[in-house]
Amino acid sequence: MKPPRMSFSRFGRLALPGFCALVFAFLMLPILAVIPLSLNPGSFLVFPEEALSLRWYRTLGESPQWTRAFANSFKIATATTLIATPLGTLAAIGLATMRSRAKPIIVALISAPLVVPVVVVAVAFYFLFAPLGLVNSPVGLVVAHTALALPFVVIVVHAALTGLDFGLLRAAASLGAPPLTMIVRILVPLIGPGIAAGAVFAFMTSFDETTIALFIAGPEQRTLPIQMFEGVREEISPAIAAAATLLVVASTLLLGTAELLRRRGERMRSGASAPHVRV
Amino acid sequence: MMTRRALLALLAPLLLASCGSGSDLRPLTVVGWGGSSQDAHRQAYWSAFSRTTGIPLREDSWRGGVGVIRTKVMGGDTSWDIVQVETEDLILGCEEGLFERLDWSALGGREAFIPTAVHDCGVGAMLWSYVIGYDGDRIKGAGPRNWADFWDVKRFPGKRGMRKTPKYSLEFALLADGVPPDQVYPTLRTPAGIDRAFRKLDEIKPNVVWWSSISQVPDLLGSGEVVMSVTSPGRLVVANRTEGRHFKLRWDGNIYAVDYWVILANSPRKQEAEQLLRFMTRPENQMRLARFIPTGLTNIEANRRVDPKLKRDTPSDPANMTNALELDADFWVEYGDQLTQRFNAWVAR
Amino acid sequence: MTRRWVSFALIAPLLAFLIVSFIVPVLLMLARAVTDRDLDRTWPASAAALRTWDGEGLPPDALARTVAREMLAAHRAGTLNRVANRLNYDLVGSRSLLYTTADRLAAGAPGETLADLARIDRRWARADIWTVMRHADGPLTSYYLLAALDRRIDTGGHILRVPREQAVFVDIFLRTFKIASLVALFCALLGYPVAYLLASLPRRIANPLLILVLLPFWTSALVRTAAWAVLLQTNGVVNDLLQYMGLVDAPVQLIYNRLGVYVAMTHVLLPFFILPLYGVMKGIDPTAMRAASSLGAPPLLAFLKVYLPQSLPGVAAGAVLVFTLAVGYYVTPALVGGGADQMISASIAFYTSQSLNWGMAAALSLLLLLPLLLMLFAGRTMVRTVPA
Repeated sequence: MKPPRMSFSRFGRLALPGFCALVFAFLMLPILAVIPLSLNPGSFLVFPEEALSLRWYRTLGESPQWTRAFANSFKIATATTLIATPLGTLAAIGLATMRSRAKPIIVALISAPLVVPVVVVAVAFYFLFAPLGLVNSPVGLVVAHTALALPFVVIVVHAALTGLDFGLLRAAASLGAPPLTMIVRILVPLIGPGIAAGAVFAFMTSFDETTIALFIAGPEQRTLPIQMFEGVREEISPAIAAAATLLVVASTLLLGTAELLRRRGERMRSGASAPHVRV
Repeated sequence: MMTRRALLALLAPLLLASCGSGSDLRPLTVVGWGGSSQDAHRQAYWSAFSRTTGIPLREDSWRGGVGVIRTKVMGGDTSWDIVQVETEDLILGCEEGLFERLDWSALGGREAFIPTAVHDCGVGAMLWSYVIGYDGDRIKGAGPRNWADFWDVKRFPGKRGMRKTPKYSLEFALLADGVPPDQVYPTLRTPAGIDRAFRKLDEIKPNVVWWSSISQVPDLLGSGEVVMSVTSPGRLVVANRTEGRHFKLRWDGNIYAVDYWVILANSPRKQEAEQLLRFMTRPENQMRLARFIPTGLTNIEANRRVDPKLKRDTPSDPANMTNALELDADFWVEYGDQLTQRFNAWVAR
Repeated sequence: MTRRWVSFALIAPLLAFLIVSFIVPVLLMLARAVTDRDLDRTWPASAAALRTWDGEGLPPDALARTVAREMLAAHRAGTLNRVANRLNYDLVGSRSLLYTTADRLAAGAPGETLADLARIDRRWARADIWTVMRHADGPLTSYYLLAALDRRIDTGGHILRVPREQAVFVDIFLRTFKIASLVALFCALLGYPVAYLLASLPRRIANPLLILVLLPFWTSALVRTAAWAVLLQTNGVVNDLLQYMGLVDAPVQLIYNRLGVYVAMTHVLLPFFILPLYGVMKGIDPTAMRAASSLGAPPLLAFLKVYLPQSLPGVAAGAVLVFTLAVGYYVTPALVGGGADQMISASIAFYTSQSLNWGMAAALSLLLLLPLLLMLFAGRTMVRTVPA
């Protein structure tokens, strides 16, 4: 029963994939493990042995707190998406066409919300919104989430723009098309999938955001993450696993959508820009 | 100020858009501490109130902190009307003008309530204690009698559950160290006294499991993770009643305090809030609360008339009150920040 | 020319939004760390008098009289709490001193001289309360920043450490940076091989594997922390597994301690390390490695001499990103850490929502931000490799 002897280089060749497999398992297993736990018919956090049950999903669905939290998160994320997507898209187009020395500064400014520690951002919003009456208002949360989501929209749309043939735009401009018309008629359809992917990321940024929501959301804006945070703090039951599962499924679906959109965008660009080179 | 106004101007359209969900439309909102105490209040008062008056009620819950209320009142957020607060929050909030001053004659006069339950801005909601709790199935025979026993890990080996706050922990340490109850706060007001309390806590620290939410206590005791714990009686008594457990309570040297109802200064439904306050403090209604959660009642008449059996696990039973210590909220208003930081650093060491 | 303006015009709405809703709030918040208006807005005459006082020994009677007058007026107007709470931050006990003194003044006790005040309470005859008042006279203050570094100014104007048992923040800052550094290190150890593998595999195989990194990346940190909280329970799945495998006899404590924090935070932040590094590695020309090998260099040496140096910018970018995100984490330590594992974010949260001491929250935030700003200026790779 001895393992077959292995040369060092062969060991080396297997060590890397083996190690990586363990890391992939570390990354994925916790996310996957909550799924069977959430199907537990009992109230203990063990893998169900015989019967599976949707009991804890029913608990979520019937609890007004959880359903209200879901509705709140959905509303706030939608509003965030509606504001962040056009702002971010315009800026990404602006950045892609910019040849100014100010560009790195602008890029740094746009990425600032990504790198400032989130607790600092949360406190800043809290102190700003408190005297304005925007704490405990959905507006405050939407404004804060939009600031966080903007960098993602810009990055994703900007990525869709690279590799785009701007000769097309120049041609249109030389024919006298006003800039806005150009953007709406030509550019937006070309990078549509990229914009949609940016919108998905904006939505998810807001939908998942916890820290700022904990600081500035009031009872009326209790979002899904807040509900979860409190749940984990108070009493860890399979209901938490069920909520986590739902959120994982939501992220997976959205991520899949974004990925499909991105690929479609790539195909569209390679298909669309080629003929125009001849224009 | 200029920048704020400019910001407001920029955000005004958004603000206007959010006004649709303004306070005129929302029902009277009462805010408790969640969990079993909120359930008890709902069962004892709120359902009946809505039924008899036809005034719909909306509930919310919070975890205390006068900062939360300050933000609301300062920011013109009017989503809460009536809130259950701890004494420190009552004192600070009342000074800041965050709460309505109560019309005591409408509540039946100040003398209708136990003295600690009476404040310009608040009326006592419930009287509760922190006591020693242990599982009678695990410690047979004579259990711990007082805080000195709680500290005695030789006679009672095993972990202890304590609330992760300097509040209560420091007081219990001094009581365990032999300081008489009436000398606890005078001692704590001296630097040497604070050091003494921390030194006493040092002794027991390796054997402490710190809890942050009272809901953890029945699990900690039930699973045997701790052999005894600082606890409020409510949940253990309920577990004995409903799950056939044999949790025991030791009242010697308990710390008791009152939670208050306050009406927020910017409540748009003050009259209805006052109506609910009167409803909740009337003797015949307050007596009902004792059926749902073991708590001391603040209305003297309610206390007199309530079934003595329901008093057994509450601070209202004089037999429970030997060596009892009333929480000194003024002390904690003044020393809270500093001691919380020191305590957290001490826990982390 | 016009094209340039079109570009700016397209970016302008976003910049305006970010400046109003992000940059300005952060700056306003940081300003709170160095401003101090409680005393000088409530007691303007006393604040002016305190500023002209030289601070030597005890104050003149005129200053004591002004303070007594404004104290009484503030007590009647219900605004004494502002000054009382502010002074109490610095000198615990000041709150009750002010309230009892104001009560006595209201009852008719004279407050014309320092001696009068000292008759009401002996503490008025000590220098420390006056030093604290002078330090709080606004409009600017170093109090909050010093306190956030466990320092204070004594009666002689020297900066001293606070007593050891009251010194807390330096320790918490060090702990915060230590946890963040170690998490960055763990991410590097786990993430580098993964990024290397992904970059060296053909796209057809790498892309599906990349999903395994992206899915956790886009699953919220909270959900993943919650998952760990569920798994690491004393009676949870991981403990069952360890016992089943015979590694431990009894359940071990895996959560509410440092171990739980490291596991959960490394898990949460690992994709943030892998993705930028992967981006950099994709850009490394594989022919250089092949050239080195064909010249006879053993694979390990070729890797160390040729590949590793080229991938270091990616390592730096990923590590900086992970470190930056880790120092500001609030949710994960709060849910899976114990008392000894709370990071500075927990103190900031305490001063923001529990206590009313917003200046302290701002000062702690400012100090948290400083090293990050320095790192940002140091490593411009950051901006270019933000994960997409």
